[in-house]
Amino acid sequence: MTNAEDDLRERVQKLLAGHDPQGDRMEFLRAQFDAGLAWVHFPAGLGGLDAPRTLQSVVDADLAAAGAPTNDPRRIGIGLGMAAPTIRTHGTEEQQHRWLRPLWTGDEVWCQLFSEPGAGSDLAALGTRAVPDGDHWIVNGQKVWTSQAHEARWAIVVTRTDPDVPKHKGMTYFVLDMKADGVEVRPLRQITGEAEFNEVFLTDVRIPDSQRLGAVGDGWAVAQTTLMNERVAIGGGAAPRESGVIAEVAKTWRTRPELRTPAAHDELMRLWVEAEATRLTGLRLRQQLAAGAPGPEGSAAKLAFARLNQEITSFELDLLGADGLRYDDWSSDTWRTERPTSVDFLGRSPGYRYLRAKGNSIEGGTSEILRNIIAERVLGLPGEIRVDKTVPWKDLPK
Amino acid sequence: MTDLLYSQDEELLRASVRDLLTARAPASAVLARTETDELYDPALWHALAADLGAAGLAVPEWAGGHGASWRETAIVAEELGRSLAATAFLGSTVLATAAGRSAGADDLVERLASGEVTAALAIPLSTVPGSGFPDTVRHSHETLTGTVRNVADARTADVLIVPALADDGPALYVVGAGAISRTAVVSLDLTRPLTDVTLESARADLIASGAEAVAAFDTALITGAAMLAAEQLGLAERCLEITVEHLLTRYQFGRQIGSYQALKHRMADLWAGVTQARAVARYAAGCVADADPDAAVAASLAQAYCSLVAVKAAEECVQLHGGIGFTWEHPAHLYLKRAKADAIAFGTASQHRARLAELVDLPAA
Ligand SMILES: Cc1cc2nc3c(=O)[nH]c(=O)nc-3n(C[C@H](O)[C@H](O)[C@H](O)COP(=O)(O)OP(=O)(O)OC[C@H]3O[C@@H](n4cnc5c(N)ncnc54)[C@H](O)[C@@H]3O)c2cc1C
Repeated sequence: MTNAEDDLRERVQKLLAGHDPQGDRMEFLRAQFDAGLAWVHFPAGLGGLDAPRTLQSVVDADLAAAGAPTNDPRRIGIGLGMAAPTIRTHGTEEQQHRWLRPLWTGDEVWCQLFSEPGAGSDLAALGTRAVPDGDHWIVNGQKVWTSQAHEARWAIVVTRTDPDVPKHKGMTYFVLDMKADGVEVRPLRQITGEAEFNEVFLTDVRIPDSQRLGAVGDGWAVAQTTLMNERVAIGGGAAPRESGVIAEVAKTWRTRPELRTPAAHDELMRLWVEAEATRLTGLRLRQQLAAGAPGPEGSAAKLAFARLNQEITSFELDLLGADGLRYDDWSSDTWRTERPTSVDFLGRSPGYRYLRAKGNSIEGGTSEILRNIIAERVLGLPGEIRVDKTVPWKDLPK
Repeated sequence: MTDLLYSQDEELLRASVRDLLTARAPASAVLARTETDELYDPALWHALAADLGAAGLAVPEWAGGHGASWRETAIVAEELGRSLAATAFLGSTVLATAAGRSAGADDLVERLASGEVTAALAIPLSTVPGSGFPDTVRHSHETLTGTVRNVADARTADVLIVPALADDGPALYVVGAGAISRTAVVSLDLTRPLTDVTLESARADLIASGAEAVAAFDTALITGAAMLAAEQLGLAERCLEITVEHLLTRYQFGRQIGSYQALKHRMADLWAGVTQARAVARYAAGCVADADPDAAVAASLAQAYCSLVAVKAAEECVQLHGGIGFTWEHPAHLYLKRAKADAIAFGTASQHRARLAELVDLPAA
């Protein structure tokens, strides 16, 4: 055990002594942040203590053992996984102090206003315009597929500030107040029946220049920080063997012998092997991150996870046969009002899992785009032939 | 949790092994040797096993080894998978050493660890971990009689470790090469030749019997499966590398063929598979190094996964090289032959899936 570890564990004990872990949840979380035990590798005053990132798990384990509340990371995944690292990398001191604390405690939920009807994989094609007006910007445009926009207090948003230069050059990145005038959020119903995501219409929304992240025209570089972290956030995860959807299938297999056939058995074991390989890949990725040597392996993990989730959930329906014909709830009356706060693969029916898994190869960059990235950035193969690199954004076919 | 990364020492070991193999066994030399009577290069073996100490890595110092572990041994296996140089590594350093250590055959293990002597474990290469103790060789009147087909690395072995059935059950014996007759098999895999071994009233020394013999046999197979996964990983990595190189240098329709998305995506998928194979193979090596109770699961998982990745990598290597990949001259076929033979060695992927099903309680019926 190292000194840094001893020191952190002592601080955890001090936090627990001063604040009842079974008491007010938000009060405890704020105290945890102020004690530097939120993300220990961040600087003091910003939820951390400049400690090695590896030691966070020590802190979390001690807090969990004491029954301390969590910040419900799944509910605030976009804030934790994407907004925070971007603010940390590109934000001013003042911006970091304003946003990181309530982001981490979950006082304020974040969403990601990147995709538009005309710009998904090709994010750099986006057309939401931001025009300067004194010390403000006036923003007009439409965003789409925005998860949690209906709960979010803040959004990270990429806009076009210069349509006359090639598309990668004319973008600027902001933090947007979702309560500002001119922000309209409409639920968008999805394949599973309910609405996790939304359409967001921005009409003459005023954003103070103090909410800009990075320089004017540097939006693409800032967005890269967000997207790199998105892939890590979606791919990673340390879970025990037989976690997630494979656990559901294994349970069905063990408890319902009447469903077993030799062909299904070999398929089950093929998927079990793939699931375990993907789990070990995630563990190895975590060990790399902990050792301070992150690699591109996160892309492999996300690619494998998406395919596997789809294959396992599809197999589960086949295995169930007649029961696979039934669905739990299309929410036809309530999809606008009763909105899920996080994706719960295991809390619902196999049909839901099968359908929701289809999103895994689309959200956070499609599997095709991921393959392009791996081929070009990891393997060094030539880029796609591009017709859009030197043309001013306004002249591109849309 | 098992460490799935490579340590600095392991990377140093890898670099020395790779330097040696690149200098002494380039692809052209490996191919040329497959058509001579001297497939195994004794000088290369000496440099690898004795000078670099590869043969003694998994043997403790008190037993005459270098006191490293199967984890480091796996690094050598990865490099041999990249190179395909024919050596007695799998038969002697992995199978015979694992069996000998488990059986407490300290004298033999010490000689194997020095690299001066090589041994083979007299079992068919396709033997699956968890399958019953072999019964094709019988012990009676102090001698062994029987035949074992498809034995790896027996061709030049000085000694054989032979599992046989004695009157009172399973037992392991050591037999000198002079006491057996060996018939060379025309093997699918040109760089790991197999041999049929026949024993006719061969004089044999007992090294373990009963439960100890069974344990030594099981340990050897699980260790073999884990080390083979490392070899498959190295092979897959090398095939991916060669193929990417070719995609960058070959032009068709006025473009590098690596600029075609259909091919880029195949390479990306292969890279993802290799990335996962690395985690799986490292886990298996770690488990056998630590004698972890999960070793049997880890080894079967590794075979069920890495076999498929290695075959896929070699198949992609052939296909994406086009006509050149179909020639004798290009090494792609050597990789394909090794990958396919490795996929059968110690059981096929589907046999390992069946074994895993038993180990993790997902019964077939
Ligand atoms: C559940 C869910 C949640 C989401 N949440 C958010 C969110 O919170 N915020 C946000 O900003 N966005 C969000 N998205 C949007 C997501 O990022 C986009 O849908 C995604 O990037 C794909 O863009 P697109 O829908 O425009 O499809 P397109 O880019 O039009 O792609 C259509 C098809 O073409 C393929 N394709 C496109 N370009 C290429 C190419 N160069 N080579 C090969 N194939 C190509 C794609 O892979 C895909 O199969 C979410 C999406 C889903 C499904």
